[in-house]
Amino acid sequence: MSARTITAATANATIASIRARSLALTRRPAHWTRCATLFTCRSPLEPPTGKLYEGHIPISPLQRSILAVGSAFTALANPLRGDMVAALGETTGGMFLARIRDQMLLDPEGRRILRERPKITSESMQLDALRQLPDGTFGREYVRFLDDQQVSPDTREPVHFVDSEELAYVMQRYRETHDFYHTLTGLPVTVDGEIALKWFEMLQTGLPMTMLSSFFGPLRLTSEERSRLHEYYIPWALEYGSSSKLLMNVRWEEWMDRPVEEVQRELGVQPCPQV
Amino acid sequence: MASRTALLRLSRRTLSSSMAPSRTAPFSTSTKVWHQQAPKSTSDNNNNTNAGKEVETHFGFQNVPENMKEHLVKQVFANVASKYDIMNDVMSGGVHRLWKDHFIRTLAPTPGTKLLDVAGGTGDIAMRFLDYCKETHGDNSAQVTVFDINPNMLEVGKERFTKTPYHNTSQVSFMEGNAENLEHIPDNSMDAYTIAFGIRNCTHVDRVLKEAYRVLKPGGRFMCLEFSKVENPVISKVYDVFSFDVIPTMGQIVANDRDSYQYLVESIRKFPPQKEFAKMIKDAGFTVMGQGYEDLTFGVAAIHSGFKL
Repeated sequence: MSARTITAATANATIASIRARSLALTRRPAHWTRCATLFTCRSPLEPPTGKLYEGHIPISPLQRSILAVGSAFTALANPLRGDMVAALGETTGGMFLARIRDQMLLDPEGRRILRERPKITSESMQLDALRQLPDGTFGREYVRFLDDQQVSPDTREPVHFVDSEELAYVMQRYRETHDFYHTLTGLPVTVDGEIALKWFEMLQTGLPMTMLSSFFGPLRLTSEERSRLHEYYIPWALEYGSSSKLLMNVRWEEWMDRPVEEVQRELGVQPCPQV
Repeated sequence: MASRTALLRLSRRTLSSSMAPSRTAPFSTSTKVWHQQAPKSTSDNNNNTNAGKEVETHFGFQNVPENMKEHLVKQVFANVASKYDIMNDVMSGGVHRLWKDHFIRTLAPTPGTKLLDVAGGTGDIAMRFLDYCKETHGDNSAQVTVFDINPNMLEVGKERFTKTPYHNTSQVSFMEGNAENLEHIPDNSMDAYTIAFGIRNCTHVDRVLKEAYRVLKPGGRFMCLEFSKVENPVISKVYDVFSFDVIPTMGQIVANDRDSYQYLVESIRKFPPQKEFAKMIKDAGFTVMGQGYEDLTFGVAAIHSGFKL
């Protein structure tokens, strides 16, 4: 029937039936049971989910807060405790990981990464093939960096404390691509270089762990390193961290045979000042 | 709760991987150097499926074949040995020192006592015993044999004793072995037998008690300090939250080992409560006075005692 023939009666009947159906669906509880919802919030002593992925350790909110505080102090006191740095990132990541995931969803490359979920391991990266690339290419410099530091993509601590499989992947990807950031920006793996990179990551991702490292990490530096940080690295990070493309969206595996300068130009990142 | 994968992680971990060599990258999430990765082994799975017919016992809240428990417990204590004393202080807020002091005062050793301190590991009880004899009686003839199944714990104990005046004297000796089979210790040779926070890790508690009875002289005293059941429901709830939420997290922060501390708190819940354990002591032949036990800190720990008469 055409719109003109809808009478007021049939319209009202339609609206009433829709309202009845929606009321039935929502089943608005009586007043006293609505008060009960005040007490059904998440218990701080129970883990909110079961085991969701390989390596997942579900922890209760109480454990999470203890671990966050304890790992913050331990990581600051002993920056070589990689597991504590990892735990700090995971326990404080929370909604910021969701924000990164949403930003990835806005970009076609990011969507592809989330769909295909590539893992960066020494097999998937084919390190031996990368070693054969000419000097100056991104892949060759990356492998040189790995060999100098005696690390490989397999030595990263897996994600344990993120309560969502997709966000755990985002966290894992963020960690795995950290080595690429070093190659891209040319920052050294010293304490001040790492802090400069954390400033850069803070402007890119907003993760609380990067904020904590950026503001409290410099406490561990000598005053000479700190002044170098303030004078050169931080202004550089402020400029390029916010203006460059979100590096979480980059499919690094496909940029391996391009020269480093080209990669830097495409992504809008200048190499860090050499001091 | 310790999962099956956590169990496999525990059994595969070796001492060398827990002592991390130098990595130079600060604030990095790399936890191993590349040549250190644990090999992926499927042999653990095969062993577990073949062991279906064997007798099972508890390992924390998990069930494992009996012959595997000893190995797993050995692994736990190899992992925790270097940080054992710090973790004891963290987990009990230092109260374990008060418990152990009270334990030795209850034993009240006389001059010349020969003590066998089983699961003595890092030497807390042995040291307090010798100090008590020296301070209370001015006695230097008391002797203690520190006995433990785990060589790493004994190493830590030996290291601690080098800083005391008892180092290189005949007052302290160290022996490695299994508490269920004290074959090198002759019958009726010890005045006192203590086991502090060790008996719950033994696979066969009744065999440990029988061996204790054998090696003690007539008139000798068996004393056991162990975690026990808290009867008070309010304190029990707080204790449960502390045990299952705080302790494994502190284990992870201090020692990077959540699984070992998860096992330790679960094994406490699996141990028989005070009255039942007192009955087991009586069944082994000991004579108990009164109830046979004394609660400490509302039952968080308990001292059980029996005499060989």
